[in-house]
Amino acid sequence: MTDAQDAAAPRLEMRGVRKHFGGVVALDGVDLAVGAGEVHALVGENGAGKSTLMKVLSGVERADAGEMQVEGRVWRPSGPVDARRGGVAMVHQELALASHLTVAENIALGAEPGRGGPLRRFLPLDARAMRATARRVLERLGHGGIDPDRRVATLTPAARQLVEIGRALAAEARVVVMDEPTSSLGRHDADRLLEVVRRLRDDGLSIVYISHFLEEIRRVADRWTVLRDGRTVGSGAMAEVEDAGLVERMIGRSLDAVFPPRRGDAGEVALRLSGVRGRSLPAEATLEVRRGEIVGLAGLVGSGRSEMLRAIAGLDPTTSGRIELDGVEIGRRAGIPERMARGLGFLSEDRKGEGLALRMTVAENLLLSRLGPVAPGGIVSRSRVAAATERWVARLSVRSGTPERVIGTLSGGNQQKIAIARLLHQDATVLLLDEPTRGIDIGSKVEVYRLLDELAREGRAIVVAGGHLPELLGLCDRIAVMHRGVLGPARAAATCTESSLLAEAVMGSDIGDDGVQEVA
Amino acid sequence: MTSAATTGIEGSESGLDREHWVRRLARLAAPFIGLVIVVGVFTAMEPEAFLSIRNGRTIAIQTVVVGIGAIGMCFVIVSGGIDLSIGSVIALAGVAGAMALDAGTSPTVAVLVAAGTGVACGLVNGGLVTGLRIPPFIVTLGMLGIARGLAKLLADNQRIAPPAESLGWLEGFVDKTPDLAWLLVAPAVWCLLLAAILAGLVLRRTAFGVQVVAIGSSESTARLCGVPVVRTKILVYALCGLGAGLAGAVTLGRLGVGDPTTAVGLELSIIAAVVIGGASLSGGEGGILGTMIGAFMLSSLDAGCNLAGIDNSVQDIIIGGIIVVAVMIDGLRRRG
Repeated sequence: MTDAQDAAAPRLEMRGVRKHFGGVVALDGVDLAVGAGEVHALVGENGAGKSTLMKVLSGVERADAGEMQVEGRVWRPSGPVDARRGGVAMVHQELALASHLTVAENIALGAEPGRGGPLRRFLPLDARAMRATARRVLERLGHGGIDPDRRVATLTPAARQLVEIGRALAAEARVVVMDEPTSSLGRHDADRLLEVVRRLRDDGLSIVYISHFLEEIRRVADRWTVLRDGRTVGSGAMAEVEDAGLVERMIGRSLDAVFPPRRGDAGEVALRLSGVRGRSLPAEATLEVRRGEIVGLAGLVGSGRSEMLRAIAGLDPTTSGRIELDGVEIGRRAGIPERMARGLGFLSEDRKGEGLALRMTVAENLLLSRLGPVAPGGIVSRSRVAAATERWVARLSVRSGTPERVIGTLSGGNQQKIAIARLLHQDATVLLLDEPTRGIDIGSKVEVYRLLDELAREGRAIVVAGGHLPELLGLCDRIAVMHRGVLGPARAAATCTESSLLAEAVMGSDIGDDGVQEVA
Repeated sequence: MTSAATTGIEGSESGLDREHWVRRLARLAAPFIGLVIVVGVFTAMEPEAFLSIRNGRTIAIQTVVVGIGAIGMCFVIVSGGIDLSIGSVIALAGVAGAMALDAGTSPTVAVLVAAGTGVACGLVNGGLVTGLRIPPFIVTLGMLGIARGLAKLLADNQRIAPPAESLGWLEGFVDKTPDLAWLLVAPAVWCLLLAAILAGLVLRRTAFGVQVVAIGSSESTARLCGVPVVRTKILVYALCGLGAGLAGAVTLGRLGVGDPTTAVGLELSIIAAVVIGGASLSGGEGGILGTMIGAFMLSSLDAGCNLAGIDNSVQDIIIGGIIVVAVMIDGLRRRG
């Protein structure tokens, strides 16, 4: 950020953009200005208008009112292709690559049309030129190692993302819009992508970076704009705003903090694991979780976090070790229903595939794990179903949560609340939550943090597995790190830092205790 | 607390009912329109004969075999499975019942033997599907061959003809013109109606029914929620077997003999009835009322074709086409 940039006319400017669909106002006066060589974070909850705004920018939708300028000229693209020719390219959330074509061919799809007129697409392709272009743009991204002749289908998601960005570069884009670019990437790949984004910025490109993840924005963006309900509610320099300030603008109300204050003393031990071993993962898990506390489970993807929770819940077998609930052992052969009856509740990280039956109703999903109270004698009572659903929907403030609504039509955040409500309905006292805030908007995340805090204060014991360290640090009382299937000691969250957790996740627990106090 | 809970219920009820009924009516619209078309076409072709009381009774009794089978099949399909063996099991159950009669048992025992045979086949189907995790399509395709072969083997490739008087009440049970005139149609038809109502309530209004729907909708979610997936699935296939066994007994009553070659290809009609009734072959959706309308539509089609002198093979083509169209509509609805 230099003063010169602020003084110069922005490369992309949108003023007072409005767009409505029928009676629904999607954009209600949006202002956005992005300078050259700037990463501009566009943040807002789901439905705030980010996607619509980008559609207007790329010509997919036409604005009802407002002005747009790119490089000082009036901007009115007729569609995405026209937009790309004009220098504005999109990198989509759902990757838009032809998976059967090679890297070079995909990149060429975005390139400026060559000679040949309307019959050009029937002429033989210049394979050498295509490869050269692909190599050039990939090298510019710092990933010259990707073979231009490889078929895109054989690439990892991270590499595909690079190809898509490469395509934007091949089209000589000056403004690149990235919509949740890291949402399908693991942490390591996400880091590399952020590096690429910085490179592009240093190259003088303007980047509109749409993301839910504040810590990511913090690492890569220079300036920010927050949208809420189709309006720009603020913008400024990243260096001059706190996370809480961004979140408050996004959800439109004040927050004491994103995370609730830490809880006091924990109670009795509710869950005790001694040397629990699964078929392949976890290799060794020993842990005590007390009533009234939230214990975080950190670790890299594939370290065995999920497997450990699944083994406790009875979804995967254990081969040795001991699991105790309130001091009484749970037999290795105990089935899921028995464990649930004893008070274990498990939330799957795969909400859409496993956690919820998306085609069933809100009520069915909420009550399925304990139909007894709503079906006395096995006969389902519709009034009881409605009453029970209403109760949880109100308690968790699930919006549009009418009992008979098909759950797949709710937003991710509301779906997740129903999935958590199911555990409450089944009266779980020990909650095993695998990535409870994955893929939900920031407003819902804050509500989930609040809810978990409340539940802990009510005396439940909660285990949260997650890959997002700031979240674990903010939410949990203690954190244990899983490294290659072996669970390290649980340490007080106040004594952990992001880097200490990461070091332990990468190298194991025997390294990370320089001055870190052991608590377990 | 109580007052709050009560208002909560009332507050939700209207919205709850509206969404609920709109969805159910939409699902029933297709089979109902189909039925109206079939009845309309044949009434136009054979105005006198098709709408006669006699034909109505024929259609009603013909609905019984497909209808009983389709009730069980509906549970299987809603749970995300399929039972291709049902036609063969009907024949096997009929043969077993005829052998019991031949051995001198009462008709009641013969019906129980037939039902038991069906349940046994269903248990084997369910056991293999859950225990060995073989896809239901394969398991029941195997059972289709096994049950048919077993029926032929037991009957020595002939019909088993028990003494005519040994059929006893079973004959009157399936007679088109009942002894008691006020019944209007065969007692078996009334029994089907009762069974259908009961099955409908079980599927919609019991915990078991919800669990069956959940398994068909997302089996991993059902497991996660502690639904006894294995037990429920075995039960569902056993239920389908029970339906097949009873359908075999009804067939025995109508034919008077145990015929190992009866009900060939009947699985097609039975599956068609369920799918026409709004069930999704990918599981999680389907209902008994729709299934019954589907079964009634198919037997109307059958009776109409007979009256109009249309060949059986043409009927098969029509039924096959209907299945494809019904599944296509299901796919379109899913996308829309």
